[in-house]
Amino acid sequence: MSAVIDPGHAGHGHAGHDHHHGPAKGLMRWVLTTNHKDIGTMYLWFSFAMFLLGGSMAMVIRAELFQPGLQIVQPEFFNQMTTMHGLIMVFGAVMPAFVGLANWMIPLMIGAPDMALPRMNNFSFWLLPAAFGMLISTLFMEGGGPNFGWTFYAPLSTTYAPESVTFFIFAVHLMGISSIMGAINVVATILNLRAPGMTLMKMPLFVWTWLITAFLLIAVMPVLAGCVTMMLMDIHFGTSFFSAAGGGDPVLFQHVFWFFGHPEVYIMILPAFGAVSAIIPAFARKPLFGYTSMVYATASIAFLSFIVWAHHMFTVGIPLTGELFFMYATMLIAVPTGVKVFNWASTMWRGSMTFETPMLFSVAFVILFTIGGFSGLMLAIAPADFQYHDTYFVVAHFHYVLVPGAIFGIFASAYYWLPKWTGHMYDETLGKLHFWMSFIGMNMAFFPMHFVGLAGMPRRIPDYNMMFANFNMVSSIGAFMFGATQLLFLFIVIKCIRGGKPAAAKPWDGAEGLEWTVPSPAPYHTFTTPPEVK
Amino acid sequence: MSSHETHESYYVPAQSKWPIIATLGMLFSVYGVGTWFNDMKADRADSNGPLIFFIGGLFLAYMLFGWFGNVIKESRSGMYSPQMDRSFRWGMSWFIFSEVMFFAAFFGVLFYVRTWAGPWLGGEGDKGVSNMLWPGFEYTWPLLNTPDPKLYPAPSGTISAWGLPLINTILLVTSSFTLTFAHHALRKNHRKPLTLWLALTVILGIAFLVLQVEEYIHAYTELGLTLGSGIYGATFFMLTGFHGAHVTLGALMLSIMLIRVIRGHFSPEQHFGFEAAAWYWHFVDVVWIGLFVFVYVL
Repeated sequence: MSAVIDPGHAGHGHAGHDHHHGPAKGLMRWVLTTNHKDIGTMYLWFSFAMFLLGGSMAMVIRAELFQPGLQIVQPEFFNQMTTMHGLIMVFGAVMPAFVGLANWMIPLMIGAPDMALPRMNNFSFWLLPAAFGMLISTLFMEGGGPNFGWTFYAPLSTTYAPESVTFFIFAVHLMGISSIMGAINVVATILNLRAPGMTLMKMPLFVWTWLITAFLLIAVMPVLAGCVTMMLMDIHFGTSFFSAAGGGDPVLFQHVFWFFGHPEVYIMILPAFGAVSAIIPAFARKPLFGYTSMVYATASIAFLSFIVWAHHMFTVGIPLTGELFFMYATMLIAVPTGVKVFNWASTMWRGSMTFETPMLFSVAFVILFTIGGFSGLMLAIAPADFQYHDTYFVVAHFHYVLVPGAIFGIFASAYYWLPKWTGHMYDETLGKLHFWMSFIGMNMAFFPMHFVGLAGMPRRIPDYNMMFANFNMVSSIGAFMFGATQLLFLFIVIKCIRGGKPAAAKPWDGAEGLEWTVPSPAPYHTFTTPPEVK
Repeated sequence: MSSHETHESYYVPAQSKWPIIATLGMLFSVYGVGTWFNDMKADRADSNGPLIFFIGGLFLAYMLFGWFGNVIKESRSGMYSPQMDRSFRWGMSWFIFSEVMFFAAFFGVLFYVRTWAGPWLGGEGDKGVSNMLWPGFEYTWPLLNTPDPKLYPAPSGTISAWGLPLINTILLVTSSFTLTFAHHALRKNHRKPLTLWLALTVILGIAFLVLQVEEYIHAYTELGLTLGSGIYGATFFMLTGFHGAHVTLGALMLSIMLIRVIRGHFSPEQHFGFEAAAWYWHFVDVVWIGLFVFVYVL
């Protein structure tokens, strides 16, 4: 993909259009903004704040598990920590980070002046602080916050839930509305605002993966809304959706939840696939291997994500036919995912590779995400899952796909595009330090969980058998290291915003795409007249 | 791909206060409702939930008038290019798709209960072992006996499909036709038939809602069919209730379109506000057909 731009069009706009002014001053700039870059920035900072908050809860969990026995917190509070850690990381850290990246980068990548529906865009963002303010406030309510795990299985979350569950339900509604509006905006932008000549199959993969992610969001967030609405009705209005005593079924909750929940895990990883597919070619100085197959693989993963949900429920008592169907369907996902991994490896093959921080995070992404994928295959085998279910092996699996998967994808994207956002290069030495500390810390924290899990240590329990003591201590030390390292990331980002080597319009040799044709930092308004893509 | 010209004038609005007002409105509303529900459940008197909810509602009403008023003004002053129009079309289409998925969740629950969970509780099928929970429980649909009648007293009967529901089906399907007639009149710029057909559509919608309320009163007072009467009542009221809420919203949208028509808005070429409301109305109609078949008839 190459682009020819009239430079006059790329910079600060023309006089005569009243909306082509720079940013407003003061706090109200952020509250009232309709600018995709402002909104992207707010999403990214919000997500980082939630990452630190959810991370501190993980630190409480790991501190308690440092030794067997109960030392620091009561089991009741431990349950609230595991629940809120999951909810905040999934809905508050990972998803908003990708929406922030989408806001910043999609208009720049497709040559659009802004998102398609800019006011709704700001509405999507501001709903999130409202939702999370309310969710976090439940921790201070009588009876405590949600304590039923981030999957909030009924009847734990209905019959036996603390009173604050009502606010949890409405917080989920607000997050869902925010996600749906954000996704609609992404779809409308991509389908309608591409520059002339930017055909669908010329779009950068980050745009493609986000288009598919947005479809998944619009399809499943309403199902989550339905799910929590049924909970609300069961709790307050005597319905019996999830109570067998009235003819309903608690297992039904799990079906509805995981019909949302499984596409949700792809919502958290597909944009990372897209970002890594931009970064690896840039630092291998070779075009992406198998662009078309990447697009089709992403679409296949999205399709399969709708027909595998019950692999989360193998031990709950579903018919044998169901176990077999969901086992085989789940294993099929390995095929398109394998296509992607081989494409990334082939892109690197005989490339002129350099290992700046974004590339380090991306290479680690490919390797470690693959490990998480393989443990996923093990879990997909229904009879074997009877042994692994609800053990630390599951915890190890999904942390391997989420931490070096989603989170490393976000770090890689942040380092890759920080020069474009701030106009400065970040500190490469500190960036590499951040990578290696994160890499070592994260593997130390999560790799031993495979072993204790296979040996039978159950998840979500604040105490454990003496025989798991050593591995748990290693896990905790690794987790503390990973957690502390993220403060270094905060320092690197602030340092980069405040100064540093000025960044060129295209600071990376091998980078391709329209975003590198505008100056660094990107002007407040870009592509007010669309570029011509040839 | 659109031509160069249509890109030139893509309208990026200036700063707007409506998103933050909408956010505050939603936050107050849901926080108020949550407080209200919790206080009701715990039998606490003097709940301030309703007040907070009411304040949130005021914010939302102010926002809806202001934001949509703003958009209508912008549209009528010609600030929207054909490309902007397409953004609105994509936006509305995907919003309706999200609504389809919301109803799909409740239909999915209905199918799951009727195909699997119900028969299993009654001792049939793969997981018929569940019958040991309430031995002797016999599954029928409609569910006129619940496993635990103390917790969930069963209804004495259900609503027949061939009374009010059939009349309601006729009303809604007719309203879809009258709305289409209105649309054709708008395209030909025949303003008088447009007003009449659109007004008739709104009246049919309201008639549907009145009959639905009638049916609910009958179910609650005479049949003992309530939200708490087991899974039949739960699915019945949630599906028809959410549909009724959507009919209310659709009728409200059409009423606003009627006011705009009377004030001389819309041209034969440009009337997406009207079309969006019409799409929504047809969607609500299609959901009703699904309800009529799977909730009332089968």
